[in-house]
This record gives sequence, C-alpha cells and structure tokens, in this order.
Amino acid sequence: MSAIPQALGADVRTQACPGGPLLVRGAEQVVALDGSVHDVLRPVVALCRCACSSRAPWCDGAHKMLPPARRPGAEDVR
Amino acid sequence: MQPTPSTGRAPGDLPIARGPLSRHVLDLLSGDPDVDGPLVDLDVSSDDPLADDDLQVALWTLYELHFRGFTGIDPGWEWSPRLLHVRRQLERVLLAHLLNAVAPEVDAAMAASGDLASRFFELCETYPGPSLSSVVGRQADRAQVLDFLAHRSVYQLKEADPHTFVVPRLDAVTKATLVEIQFDEYGAGRPDRVHQHLYARTMAAAGLDDAYAAYVDDVPAQTLALSTVVSMLGLHQRWRGAAVGHLAAVEATSSLPCRLYAAGVRRVGLPDEVATFFDEHVEADAVHEQLAVRDVCGSLVRAHPELERDVLLGAALCLHTEVRFAEMLLAAWADGSTAPTGRAERVPA
Ligand code: FES
Ligand SMILES: [Fe+2]
Ligand SMILES: [Fe+2]
Repeated sequence: MSAIPQALGADVRTQACPGGPLLVRGAEQVVALDGSVHDVLRPVVALCRCACSSRAPWCDGAHKMLPPARRPGAEDVR
Repeated sequence: MQPTPSTGRAPGDLPIARGPLSRHVLDLLSGDPDVDGPLVDLDVSSDDPLADDDLQVALWTLYELHFRGFTGIDPGWEWSPRLLHVRRQLERVLLAHLLNAVAPEVDAAMAASGDLASRFFELCETYPGPSLSSVVGRQADRAQVLDFLAHRSVYQLKEADPHTFVVPRLDAVTKATLVEIQFDEYGAGRPDRVHQHLYARTMAAAGLDDAYAAYVDDVPAQTLALSTVVSMLGLHQRWRGAAVGHLAAVEATSSLPCRLYAAGVRRVGLPDEVATFFDEHVEADAVHEQLAVRDVCGSLVRAHPELERDVLLGAALCLHTEVRFAEMLLAAWADGSTAPTGRAERVPA
C-alpha cells in the first residue's frame, strides 16, 4: 500500500475501509504526505489512502472513480 | 428572472392548498383538535403520488406538525386521530407506489454477491437515472443554479432532522455511530456549522429567501417528496431499517456530486459563500458514508438480519426520489422554465 497521512493524538483509533479511506477517531492533528499539518475539527475524519483526493489529507470520495482493483486496501475486505 | 430575496411566505405559515386533499387537511387545522369529529375516508387514488402536488402538499403539512408546526395552529393536531386517519390513507398510496417502483433494484441488491457494504455502495453507484450534479456542475446557467438551490432548500433547511427520529429505535452500537454522524450534521458543537444553517447561508449569499420552507408553495410534488418520503421513514418505527438505509444512501451519494455543485456555483459567478455548504459536504460525507454504510447499517443488520431488505429498500427510496426530482428539474429546464422562482403558482385551490 502507498503512504498515507499520519494522525497525531493521545488516543488515536483507526479503522481501515476496504477500497477507501482510513477512518480516524481521537486525532488532534494530521500530517499530510507533503508535511503540512492540519487540525482535526470533526469527531471522525477520513484520511485519503488512494492519493487521488483533491482535499488531501482528507478523503473526498475520489477513490470511487478508481477501478475496484486499484482502490486502496482492496485486500482488507472483511 | 430575478431571484427573490423573499417569497413572501413567513416561516410557520400554512402552505397553499393545491386540491381537495390538501384543502381537507387545511380545513381541519383551522378547527379545534380537542373537538371530536368523524374519521373521513378520502379519495386518495393517484396515478403517480410522487408527481401529485395535492397529495404531497397534504402529506408535507401533516408531517410538518411533527417538526416545527405552524403559527396559530393548535399543536394538539399532531396526534389527532382525524389527521392521523388522513395521513395513513395518503401514506398507503405513496408506499404502495414506492415499493413497486424500487422492487427490481432492491431484489437485485439482495441477490448480489459480496458483503452488505459492497452491495450497498454498488446500489448507490449504479442506480439508473440522470446526473443532475453533472448538469449543474458543467452546463447549467445562473438562473438554473439559483433554481436548483431554491428547490433543494425545502429539504436542506431541515437536513438531518427526519433521520434523527430513528435514534431511539436502535440498539446501543448502532445508535452510537448514527449519533456520531448526526453530531457532525448538527455542527459538532458549533452552532454556526450546523448543516441546515450552512444551507441558509448559501441561500442568503445567493440572494434567495433563506427562511425555513420559504419555497414550499412554489415547488412541485417531486421536490416536496424529497422531504415527505424520508419523514415517513423516520416517523415509523416499523421503517427503522429503511430510515437507516435512506440516511446511508444520502451520505453515499453526496461527496462527488457536492464537488460538482460547488463547481457549478463558482462557474456561474455566485459568491464563494454560496459554495460553502457543498464544500463542507465533500469532506464531511466522505466520512459519513463510511460510518453510515459500514457501521450504522452494518451493525443493524448483524444484530437484526431480517432488516437487511429494509436497509436496501431505504437506500433505493432515497435514490428513486432523487431521480424523480432530477428528471422533473431537467425537464423544466429543457422547457426553458426556471421554477420555482419563475413558476410561482400562488393560487388557492
Ligand atoms: S481514499 Fe477516498 S479519496 Fe482517496
Ligand atoms: Fe449534512
Ligand atoms: Fe452527511
């Protein structure tokens, strides 16, 4: 899997969504792939794992435009 | 056409009747709910309840008693057997039509292979119908974009509220995640970020009337149905699975379209603030769709497998009413009409 943004916080819990983003609870800040730091303003955030989002580090649903086999974490199907 | 900053309708005004059903409801509301009266059987037959203005205005009015109510109308009408008798007749007609209309898609989603989440996303991504967001994003003119904003205001100014009725009907795990979503819809503790309020700001910045239900007398049945169908699901314990599926479908069909809506708003030169609501939804609903489909619907169906069909049904009802809305609006635009700001029919029935 390609690199993904990093979540910072004392009690960070993550949940990988097959074919889509990484859900993160409890983060205070997120470091994007370009090193920029973003404050977390909602209870749960979705971090882009496909590198296609136009609002990185956040997921914007763009992973749905990829063919299913090229979506991130297609291997974590539950 | 000039956008109107005020439609002349005050929040809390009753709507204007558009036929015998809505007239009957308004007549009852002018009386006293504590005076007993007959349960009246009405002629509720309708070829197409989603295109029936009279039926939709009547239902919208009946449901509104459970939301904000009306100025000068006794709130006791909310639980009046006489009104509930009318509501049940209208709901039966609407439900029969809807269940029939979406059955093929629901059956296919039930029969498809894969886990619930992948079948749910597949249903949302492949549901047949025109793409209103592509038209608004790429080619609609300024009057059409304003028209789109005014139509959507009837639902968007009460966004999240119909779904909130379902919360007490769910088990702990399901309601915990649902409320995580609703908390974000209601601004995550910041009143100025409540999504309904963001939509009011969109309306004001676009020069449109930002008052609750301001355009209710101007929009046709298909626009009112965006509000009535989800209100029906939210208000019936029996439809709790469908209410949850409807919510998840709203979330799962929002991020990419909202990017196009925001692009359309900017393309026709409306102020940036008009796009704020849509910008927020690109990001918020990319989170909400995962929570809603995987955790809310997922936990509900794991605990209550018998509700799986209702969850998919609720999704299909959301998608179907959106398709009917899109078809109505695109047909009006093809005719050169920009309702509601150009097609107000403020004539009492
Ligand atoms: S994971 Fe959703 S846009 Fe990249
Ligand atoms: Fe929202
Ligand atoms: Fe949402």
